[in-house]
Formats: sequence, structure tokens, C-alpha cells
Amino acid sequence: MERFYTLVFIGGVGCFAIAFLLSMIFPWMSLESFHGMDYHTLEQLAEKPSVEFVQLEQRFPAAFKEHYGEVSPASYAKALQRGRDVYVGQACWHCHSQYVRVVSNEHVRWGPPSSAQEYQNALNQPHLWGTRRVGPDLAREGGKKSNDWHIAHFINPKSVVPHSVMPPYPFYFDEKGVPNEDGFALITYLQWLGTVQAGIPVAERVTP
Amino acid sequence: MNATTALGTHGEPLVNYRLIKAHLTAGAIALSISMIAGFLYALQYVGYYPLGHDNWMLTPGHMRFLHTNMAAYGWLVNGFTAMLYYVVPRLTGKKVLSDKLGELIFWVWQLILALALFGYLTDKAQAIEWGETPTGFRPGTWELNYVPVDLLVVIGAVLVIVQFMTPIYHARDQKFYVTLWYFTTGLVWLALTYLMGNIMPEWMLPGAAGAATTGLFIHDLVGLYVTPMGWGMMYFFVPLILKKPIWSHSLSVIGFWALAFFYPLGGVHHFLISPIPDYVEFGAITTTIAIEVVVTTVVVNFFMTLRSKWSALRTSMAIRWFYVGAVFYFITCLQCAFQVTWMFQKVIHFTDWVVGHAHLIMFGVFTFWLFGVIDWLWPRVCRREWYSNTLRGWQFWMWSVGVLIMFFDLMIAGLVHGYMQRDLNDWSDILRMSEPFWWVRAFSGVMILIGLFCQLYNMYMTAKAGAAYQEDKHYVPANAD
Repeated sequence: MERFYTLVFIGGVGCFAIAFLLSMIFPWMSLESFHGMDYHTLEQLAEKPSVEFVQLEQRFPAAFKEHYGEVSPASYAKALQRGRDVYVGQACWHCHSQYVRVVSNEHVRWGPPSSAQEYQNALNQPHLWGTRRVGPDLAREGGKKSNDWHIAHFINPKSVVPHSVMPPYPFYFDEKGVPNEDGFALITYLQWLGTVQAGIPVAERVTP
Repeated sequence: MNATTALGTHGEPLVNYRLIKAHLTAGAIALSISMIAGFLYALQYVGYYPLGHDNWMLTPGHMRFLHTNMAAYGWLVNGFTAMLYYVVPRLTGKKVLSDKLGELIFWVWQLILALALFGYLTDKAQAIEWGETPTGFRPGTWELNYVPVDLLVVIGAVLVIVQFMTPIYHARDQKFYVTLWYFTTGLVWLALTYLMGNIMPEWMLPGAAGAATTGLFIHDLVGLYVTPMGWGMMYFFVPLILKKPIWSHSLSVIGFWALAFFYPLGGVHHFLISPIPDYVEFGAITTTIAIEVVVTTVVVNFFMTLRSKWSALRTSMAIRWFYVGAVFYFITCLQCAFQVTWMFQKVIHFTDWVVGHAHLIMFGVFTFWLFGVIDWLWPRVCRREWYSNTLRGWQFWMWSVGVLIMFFDLMIAGLVHGYMQRDLNDWSDILRMSEPFWWVRAFSGVMILIGLFCQLYNMYMTAKAGAAYQEDKHYVPANAD
């Protein structure tokens, strides 16, 4: 039993492979093959720019033109990807989760529970589920708040949520509150969250 | 074989103490960075921003990256590598592959840490928990936007494996002690785990299947690298310091195979009640509970070994670190067997409970065991006695009490948060209820930092001005009690 090759190939590779098969290949197969879920590329997701993206252009025409030009699938895709990059780089996902569970009344607070199909797209690769909720879950965030609310909240969270512990992110906006490239991107990304699922966003029944 | 100057068959020294010293020093520095970042992060929860909040590089999120990654890749990897340099040549009777390679590994690894640190501060982190080391590529493309740190980690890990697998391979005709079982498989697992976790979710698997993989990665990194190194280390140092064999070799072997089989199966338990298929979750829950049995065999084995040598807890600081760590280990793993069930998960997931659990396992268990090893090794590496026993005591008590306070504080905070969330309280009220707990956490962080600075100062002064080293002084008398 304590032979070198036993340890390397049965203990090391073998046991790892069994776990790899059971906890990775099996769920992958049952999600993709058996349920036939489609994968959406960034271009497919960005085919129709969101209302909020158009509103950003109308609200800040000059700044928008400077950073993103016209509202188009291409500029929407660029903003979504960049917004996700900022979200990842600033570790937003370590304080905000992105999935609604079927327990703890989460459907009441945030909306329909998450399904696997929602995450089969380029903006969830790797997924941003998170493991901690210091702030609220964001899986159903898109469309719940206005762009202006998000701007005020990013510049100083306490101005709209008095007991918030979220740090301010004033560096994504100029002194008049006009977003810069990252500011536009972050808001566009947040307003996209949850819009893959039909029937989302839902009206809130509880203050999140 | 003399314990301090192990010699090979031709009388050449087997152990390279310079490399051990370098890795321990680098590990201690990384631990300080991690602890300071963690403390800043804790302060930001209670509304203090010592670094200001106008700088996009010094945000709390970046502090968290530094805290977790410097603890894992800076402190534990450096500490375990130093420990391998001491243990592997002793158990195999062979030198590691090359001292030059050792220096290369050392510098490659510190380069990784420096590049990762700068990458975290400049938004280059990868979206994989515990594996945030930058890929270096713009997501979804092959355009470079930073140094591919992931690739460097793979290179660094392969070099470590080559360095230590060579002596183990050359000793393959000997009967292996259980420590070598753990190290052999642990090194294989390290490579497989890192490759799987950093490549598959990033480039191949979106969404739920990717989540199953990152869950497996987080779990394997702790279970298949840190745990085998930690247990192997304990199986080596405990009998060495107590001067008596481990209580049951059979039990250690059962523990080994049960770890190898059950531990990796539990990976998905990091994302329970999620879009991952339920049957996968049930498998993970069942095997996680089975791991508790494995842990019990190991803990029982350690405590039966200590039987009739209880006074070593007083006379040997290393033994004290080891056994307090072992108690914490049992607590964490017992907690694990409960918290993995759906019944607990629906309340405690997403709350501070999990944070408390992670702190106890990383800082209460594996850090304690490594501190025990440092306590044993540092005088031998420097050929000097510890500069101050008082500081050693302060370090021990500050860490033990600090970690325990943090653990219980966060556990209760987690329950409060979990039940308030379930009962549909306003989110602001949850934050207001959490605030006192976050103050207590910041306080326990101060205690841990004090303990850490006692250690750093003590290590520095020992290396610089400790009394000359006396071999016999460090052994527990053979017939204590």
C-alpha cells in the first residue's frame, strides 16, 4: 500500500479523478447535455441594449459620446464586459452574492429563485455567485433602481442608505456626478443583472 | 541520526538551512501583509478608512484579496515549503534535487506574490475565490493585460514538485512513513487542483458547472494541499518532539486513505441550495460528514500520542501550538459536519458564520501548526536560542484568545444575520445588528496583530542577538510525568 506508485496514481491521481468526475463532469453533463441549455455569447446578450443604457446616453450625452459613442449592440457589449471587469477587480462579488435560493424567504425579498440556464452565458464565466452577503443579493438587481440612484449610491452610499457599510466609489464619477468610462460600465452591468430571466425584474415587496 | 545535523550516506549534510530560513522569513512577511490587510478590511466594516476612500487602488475589496491570498499563497505555501526542506531529506535520507533550484523556486515564488499583490491593487484579479491570482488575459480573449501570474504559479508549483518528488522517488524502495504518504500525494494533488481551478471555470465552464468546479477548487486547495501538508507535518514533528512513536500507525493509514477518498468529494458544498443539481449536492453533503470521521481518527491519534506526556504542553511551546491547533481543528471539523446540511445552510450561508469558520481553520489550525514548526525550527536555523520566552508566551496567548474571540463572535453574528435575513428584516437593520460584532472582530484583530508583532520581533532579535544554541535544551525529557 505504501508503494510510491500506489500513492501517486491511486491516492493522488485516482482519488482526484473520482471527485473530478462526480463533482464536475457529472453536473456539467447533466446541465448541458440532458437539459440542452444554450450558451449565450456576449454578442448575443448585447443584441438589444437595455433601457437603462439608453437612459444613460440621454442623461449624459457628452460623456457618453466620449466613452461609448452611440447606443449600439457593440457599445452595449463593451460596457457590459467592462462593467463586469470592474465588478470582479473591485471584489464587489465578495460582498454581494448573485443567486437567489429557494429557502429563507429569498424569493420574497429578491424575486424568483435562480435557475441554471440564467448562468449559461459569457458574463457568468467564471460565475460570480459569491459566498457572502454583506450587501444584498444582486441577481435580480437590473431595473430595480434608477441610474441616478446608483450614481448617488456609488458616490456616497450613506446618502441613500443611511446605515450602509459599502465603501464610497467616487472615483468613477467627476465632481458633478457624471460617470467616467468605468462608471458607465458598472451601472450598465448592474442594470443588466437578472434580465436574462423572463419576467424579471419583479416589483420589490420588501426593502432590500 | 542526529536531529539537527542529518547526514547522508557519504556524510554530507542533507538539509539546506539557508532555504528554510529564506522561506520562513518570506512567509512571516506575507503573513504580516495578510494580517494588516485583514485588519484594514475589518476597520472598513465599522466605518473607518485609514487609507481614505478616494483611491481606487486601496479599496476594501482589494484588501480582502490581499488578506486571503497572502495568507494562502504567501504564508502557507512559504511555510510548508520551508517545512518540506527540513522533513523530506530526513525521511528519505536523500537531498532535495538541487540547491540552485531551491533558490530559483524561492525567487519565482516571491515574484508571484509581488506580481499578484500589484495585480490585486490594479483590478486584475481573477473571479475565482481563493484563486484570484491574475490570469493576465482580458476576460474572454487572448489579449494580455497583465503578467500571467496563473502561469507563473503553475511553473512554481511544478518546480516545487520536481524538487521534492525527486528524493521521494529515489527512496521508493524504503518503507514510507505516513508523513511521506501525505507529502507524495499532496504534491500531486497541488498540481491537479491548481490547474483545474484556474483553467476550467475561466476558459471552459460557465455558470453552474463552473460553480461546481470553483467549489471543488476552494475545497481541494484546503483539503488536498494544506491538509496533507499539515497532517504530514504533525505526524513528523509530534513524535519527534515527544520522543515517542505515534500511537497507532494503522489509524494514521486509515486516516490517509479516508482523506484521499472522501475529502475531494465534498467540493460542491460551497454552493449548496444553488442551481447545481441536487444529487451532486447530496453527494457532497454525505461525504463531508464522512470527513468528520476521518478527522476524528487523526485527532484521536494525536491525543493518544500525547498520553503520559501531558507535561510537554508546559515544557514545549511547539507541542502547545500543535495541540491547541488540534483542538481548534476538531472544533472546526465538527462544525463542518453540521453546517454542511441544508438545515444549517439555509440560515448560515452568506453570513459571518462562514467567515468565522474559515478564520478558525486557516489561522487557528494551520497557522498554529506552522507556528509550532517555526518555534522548533527557527533556533535550529539560526543556531541561536529564542531571544525572549516572554514574547513567545505573549504570541501564543494573543493568538489563541484572539482567534477564539473572533470565531465565536463571527459565529453568533452569522446566526443573527441568517435569522434576520430569513425573517425578512430590513437589510439596514441587519447591518445595524451586525455592527457590534464587527467591532469585536476588529478588537480580536488587534490581539492577533499584537501576537504577530511579538513573533516578528522575536524572530528578528533571535536571528540577530539570541544566545548560542544548545542542542539538549529543546528536548522534552524522556520520562516526563
